Amino acid sequence: MSDGPTTSPTFADVNRDVLRTLDPPGNLYFAWMCVVALLLAGFFAAWAGQVWWGMGMAGKRVPQMWAMYITTFVFWIGIGHAGTLISAILYLFRARWRTSIYRAAEAMTIFAVMTAGLFPLIHAGRMWFAYFLLPYPNQRYLWPNFRSPLVWDVFAISTYLSISTVFFIVGLVPDIAALRDASSGWRRRIYAMLALGWEGADTQWRHYRRAYGLLASLATPLVLSVHSVVSWDFAMALVPGWHSTLFAPFFVDGAIFSGFAMVLVLVLPMRHFFNLHAYIQDKHLDAMGKLILVTGLVLTYFYLCEIFTSLYSGEHIEKASLFWKVTATYAWALWTMYFCNCVAPLVLFWRRARTSPVVLYIVSILVLIGMWFERFNIIVPSLGHDFYPYTWGIYYPSPTDTMIVIGSFSFFLLLFLGFIKLMPSLSIVEVKETIPPPVRDRAHGH
Amino acid sequence: MATEAILGVFAHVDTTVRALEELRARGYHDLTVYTPLPVHEIEEVLERDRPVSRVRLFTLIGGLSGIASAFLLTIWSSLVWGQVTGGKFMQLVPGGIIGSSLPPFFIIAFELMVLFGGLATVIGMIVLGQFPRFRQSPTFDPRFTNDRFGVAVHCAPERAGSVHELLRTAGAEEVKSR
Repeated sequence: MSDGPTTSPTFADVNRDVLRTLDPPGNLYFAWMCVVALLLAGFFAAWAGQVWWGMGMAGKRVPQMWAMYITTFVFWIGIGHAGTLISAILYLFRARWRTSIYRAAEAMTIFAVMTAGLFPLIHAGRMWFAYFLLPYPNQRYLWPNFRSPLVWDVFAISTYLSISTVFFIVGLVPDIAALRDASSGWRRRIYAMLALGWEGADTQWRHYRRAYGLLASLATPLVLSVHSVVSWDFAMALVPGWHSTLFAPFFVDGAIFSGFAMVLVLVLPMRHFFNLHAYIQDKHLDAMGKLILVTGLVLTYFYLCEIFTSLYSGEHIEKASLFWKVTATYAWALWTMYFCNCVAPLVLFWRRARTSPVVLYIVSILVLIGMWFERFNIIVPSLGHDFYPYTWGIYYPSPTDTMIVIGSFSFFLLLFLGFIKLMPSLSIVEVKETIPPPVRDRAHGH
Repeated sequence: MATEAILGVFAHVDTTVRALEELRARGYHDLTVYTPLPVHEIEEVLERDRPVSRVRLFTLIGGLSGIASAFLLTIWSSLVWGQVTGGKFMQLVPGGIIGSSLPPFFIIAFELMVLFGGLATVIGMIVLGQFPRFRQSPTFDPRFTNDRFGVAVHCAPERAGSVHELLRTAGAEEVKSR
């Protein structure tokens, strides 16, 4: 409704365009859903097979008792970083470019952490005893060991999932109210229930805004702590290649790097298929490209530090572990990682590359591959070549764990594809905040 | 005392602000303002003489109880289930607690501070904002979640005429009694 010559969308346009994304999907959407459902069936079949026939179905053997499952667990937790980073940290810094992507990124975070949460259960085998991880009163007076990084992990990840979900739901409430007011029939009844009676009254906004700011402040250190805690699962152990104080910032940076890559992988098709070019503009892609570039350069620095520390340590086992990683059985995985994480993002130094969806998409996919291999390279070769030659070993993936890892992507995609058709994948309220408000009398305007 | 609710629907921020300023100048304080998004200029007028939202008190209490319960849980369970770390048990002695394993408990304390603090913040928002509301307010209009701003004035019926006039002069595109 803004007067005067302006090309930016009006408030009513925002409502209309966001509601349009919830129209009944086309054939392509259902085709994707079929592929995802098929892979998911494979995932559950493989998992059921592992439960039925035992953990031998997975490829992990001594000494690599942490293998593909923990690799993928850390990968998904890392993906889950970008959402809350965008919604909390960039919110506090008032980075306006975040508004058009933050809802999708937040949803991605929650689904990624949910996917990650499956892996400790799959990895541990008898997931019906998963409650052993939690502190609860029992007649044996047994308590989890609070000095163990694995228990810190349980606390860190469950807190992260809870707070991210709460943050996401709170952000959704005013938007669901807009959906309620624009829909009819059973949809309206469901949205009315979910909107909790939101009307946009000043007494509601007042507490809402304060609560949102406080949640953002609480979530900010949480984002940085989660992957630090995950990194201590490794760094607190004595395994060569793991026992390093570098791990916490190294993991956090890698998580942001891969998280942004995943945001682009999801947002670029959304922009294309929902025709959201007016909201997800080239400058937004440019900003995300810059973030990937910066975190990629920092990651390269960490890789160099890791090599330097190892060589300079004078610790021959540490050096032997590094030499083995670089030259032996898993060298291909290491060099794939270096290429995808250090070389591929360099193309983003060019502005044209940062605004080209095709280039960004390819770089993001490479980054995701690179970051999966990073976790693989930390876990598998390090465990395979530690202190004593008689504990050395080579890990071969089995069809079961390969299927479970591939299937986890379908679990994640199923949740995300469902989300974009049921809920506004762009924040109606926050996008409106970036548009100049409608003013009648410009001389009077503030 | 019977009151009447008069609703003015506005298309612009500046006209809404003008109406609010004039209403306040004439002593109308029982106002409800509906906006599709938080607008700084409108908040500035409304929040001028209001105390800061008490949600932060909920956050503080939640966060502190998170820290307290984390230390209680970790220290108490270490005392009942003694495990040797750093060569010694954690023990309760007359001078206090001895043992070498307090630092890891800070991690649990941090996590529970954030968890309890965050949940308490949401509870605060729900309690103070009076959610959920099952019945729509009589002055609400579905356009207020789209692109219109609403000012509802609750006043004595005999003053309704002047409020109507005031809202219309300020620039309301529609004024009605509810």
